Amino acid sequence: MTNPIRFEQLQEELYHEKMDNGLEVYVLPKKGFNKTYATFTTKYGSIDNRFVPLNKDEMVTVPDGIAHFLEHKLFEKEDGDVFQQFSKQGASANAFTSFTRTAYLFSSTSNVEKNLETLIDFVQSPYFSEKTVEKEKGIIGQEINMYDDNPDWRLYFGLIQNLYQQHPVRIDIAGTIDSIAKITKDSLYECYHTFYHPSNLLLFIVGAVEPEAILKQVRENQQKKEFTSQSEIKREFPNEPNEVYKKIEKLSMNVQSSKCLVGLKAKNPNRTGKDLLKYELSMNVLLDILFSKSSQHYEKLYSEGLIDDTFSYDYTEENGFGFAMIGGDTEDPDKLAEQIKSILFKAKNEGVDFSNFEAAKNKKIGAFLRAVNSPEYIANQFTRYAFNEMNLFDVVPTLESLTQEDITTILNEAIEEELFTVCQVVPK
Amino acid sequence: MTYINEQLTEVNGLTLHTVTTSKFKTNTIVIKMLAPLNAQEVTYRALLPYVLQRGTKTYPTSTSLRQHLDELYGATLNVDLAKKGDNHIISLRMEIANEKFLSDQSPLLEKGMKLLSEILLEPVLDGEAFKEDIVVQEKRTLKQRIQSVYDDKMRYSNLRLVQEMCKGESYALHVNGELEDVENISAASLYDYYQKAVSTDKIDLYVVGDLNQEQVEGYVKQFFTFENNHQPIAEEGSKKAVEEREVIEEQDVKQGKLNIGYRTNSTFRDDDYYALQVFNGIYGGFSHSKLFINVREKASLAYYAASRIESHKGLLMIMSGIEVQNYEQAVSIIREQMAAMKNGDFNDQDLEQTKAVIRNQLLETIDTAYGLVEIVYHNVIAQINRPFEDYLQGIETVSKDDIVKVAQKLELDTIYFLKGKGGNA
Repeated sequence: MTNPIRFEQLQEELYHEKMDNGLEVYVLPKKGFNKTYATFTTKYGSIDNRFVPLNKDEMVTVPDGIAHFLEHKLFEKEDGDVFQQFSKQGASANAFTSFTRTAYLFSSTSNVEKNLETLIDFVQSPYFSEKTVEKEKGIIGQEINMYDDNPDWRLYFGLIQNLYQQHPVRIDIAGTIDSIAKITKDSLYECYHTFYHPSNLLLFIVGAVEPEAILKQVRENQQKKEFTSQSEIKREFPNEPNEVYKKIEKLSMNVQSSKCLVGLKAKNPNRTGKDLLKYELSMNVLLDILFSKSSQHYEKLYSEGLIDDTFSYDYTEENGFGFAMIGGDTEDPDKLAEQIKSILFKAKNEGVDFSNFEAAKNKKIGAFLRAVNSPEYIANQFTRYAFNEMNLFDVVPTLESLTQEDITTILNEAIEEELFTVCQVVPK
Repeated sequence: MTYINEQLTEVNGLTLHTVTTSKFKTNTIVIKMLAPLNAQEVTYRALLPYVLQRGTKTYPTSTSLRQHLDELYGATLNVDLAKKGDNHIISLRMEIANEKFLSDQSPLLEKGMKLLSEILLEPVLDGEAFKEDIVVQEKRTLKQRIQSVYDDKMRYSNLRLVQEMCKGESYALHVNGELEDVENISAASLYDYYQKAVSTDKIDLYVVGDLNQEQVEGYVKQFFTFENNHQPIAEEGSKKAVEEREVIEEQDVKQGKLNIGYRTNSTFRDDDYYALQVFNGIYGGFSHSKLFINVREKASLAYYAASRIESHKGLLMIMSGIEVQNYEQAVSIIREQMAAMKNGDFNDQDLEQTKAVIRNQLLETIDTAYGLVEIVYHNVIAQINRPFEDYLQGIETVSKDDIVKVAQKLELDTIYFLKGKGGNA
């Protein structure tokens, strides 16, 4: 009998078990929901491009876009496509690759047991052939072209490329048409065997499920399979200087409106666990105080015509990189960039108006309640948090304990001229 | 089994729909305002909700209104617009924490409903007009919103298909209004339009959550007092004679966008609507569908190739992103697959698989409060009363013959191609 972790105020219970082969499994039952959502995630993303392959001694560098390519190819098996299997069982399946993770998922309202079996088995039985690898290059080539025409994606990635000089976070997740041309079935197997060991995977199931039965099913499934034991994966990341790579980049595109993002690079982004959680939340509360719709700054920027309802801001940090990004569509990208920076420097030099501090924290608590209505949010975010040694359910208590001093400390450390960059998309 | 516990009550000129469920940690309130789409009013309607969310008599600035929302544990407020058939729908949405999950137990739902009623019924005014500065700012944002569609080529090509296909029909109007009409709107004329809208739009109010139906009814009686005589809901106009057309446009983009529109000659309220849904599922709705398999997996021409239905207008729209030189090949695969559907060239497994996936999709949609509201609101637009359970049952009983019959009603109307100049041609 597994004892769940209870979250009294949220009225949720989380079941956890670490399988003998190292696989971490979590189950969160959701009463009243029709849907069950499961994600099977490896801690392997686009930044993991230098590592020691399983049973080898030397570091290798793999082609850009290979983690994402592998994600596409894992769906294909000798006897056809796994998508088919899921839809025969009434489920919809999907996958995504981020900088640090590759996640496979399904969601369904019936045949949960079968779908879960399909999910686990397809991720744990790779099948790549020369022929299908070649064919996939055409499909991913079109995916790359689609993103190339998308100004918001170009802006987002352009900003990251301005921020980072060396770190592979600056490499496009899908790679380029040239880089994916170098991918072979053998290189896919090499990455697969290195990163898809159960000890590098996390399975999260949330929805209309009975936790004990689900855990038993996973246990039995894993016991049937043989895995060699594996020591920790050796990954290598280059030394990244503090300063940004480029102060500004203007991308000319076939657009009518201009877009502008200001980026702030994290200094020493080596935090994990509770430190990272507290830092990330503090940074987001700070941005909220300065830039949310209830701030004086927002009203001013809006009434001056510098921003519209596409304006947004966010801070994220993990595995050696971190950044805040602030901006949106604008009539005057240069003036917007200057204003955003001056708001941040003014806050650092003159201090922040904390009159709405408690409301800002309460707002985040309300947002968390809204978010946990969503099985997708819980599974995806829980996994991201776990890979960074944080617990998603610590968000509310951590928010409640934030103080004004925490925010002021961050302001003093994080705001420096050399950490800023600007990326703009302007009409051709 | 009852999936949706929806209660309808006529209160003070609006229809209140309460849906009681304990699965969410928040309560959701949605106001839907419906009026027929027409060229004179479309831009007014597109502007109105954005002006309304800028302030009320009690909270006359954005900052004070948004600060009040923050105090209500970050209640969210947002507005948007939709076209459903020949109707133009304004939605005002609020989601607010259920105090049950907070250490502070003040009654949030009542405060939320009061605030939403103020946003709709007591906007901040300057005499007999909205505030000039707010209107000027929102006109600027509206222009930007209209223009932004040109920058997203997927949305743009979809819009262009609809404009070409529905030329001369109200459905061709842009959901966010028309750029050239924005300038002519004044703070006073918008206020005149507002008064017309609140007295003649059909208004539906949805409240979803762990709530007490009588209590909610009490709040509505207390906060939403207005006379309302709504105009009739637009029904499908006379059927346009369909003639196949090809429209090709060139722009500086890497990837070509292929969008194809069919007339379905069947809408949400028709008996063969279920068959149309299943048809679309086999043809292009999912990753096991003919379009995905044949355009993407077999021919390797595209990353996406899919179709979807506009349920109230009766359109089927196909979309894909391809290399310019693959245009002929992609169009011919899409046509072949349509012919296959009309000939009944699909098997029982395709049929059963598709039904299972549609059922799954419907059940998943009602696991979110907004999704649930969108599903039940279809009934209001179509002016029918089809319980959700009937919908599920209807999908279940579709036969192969039903699909072939509905497929044969489909007529190809327009092929639109946004041709790229760049890429790897």
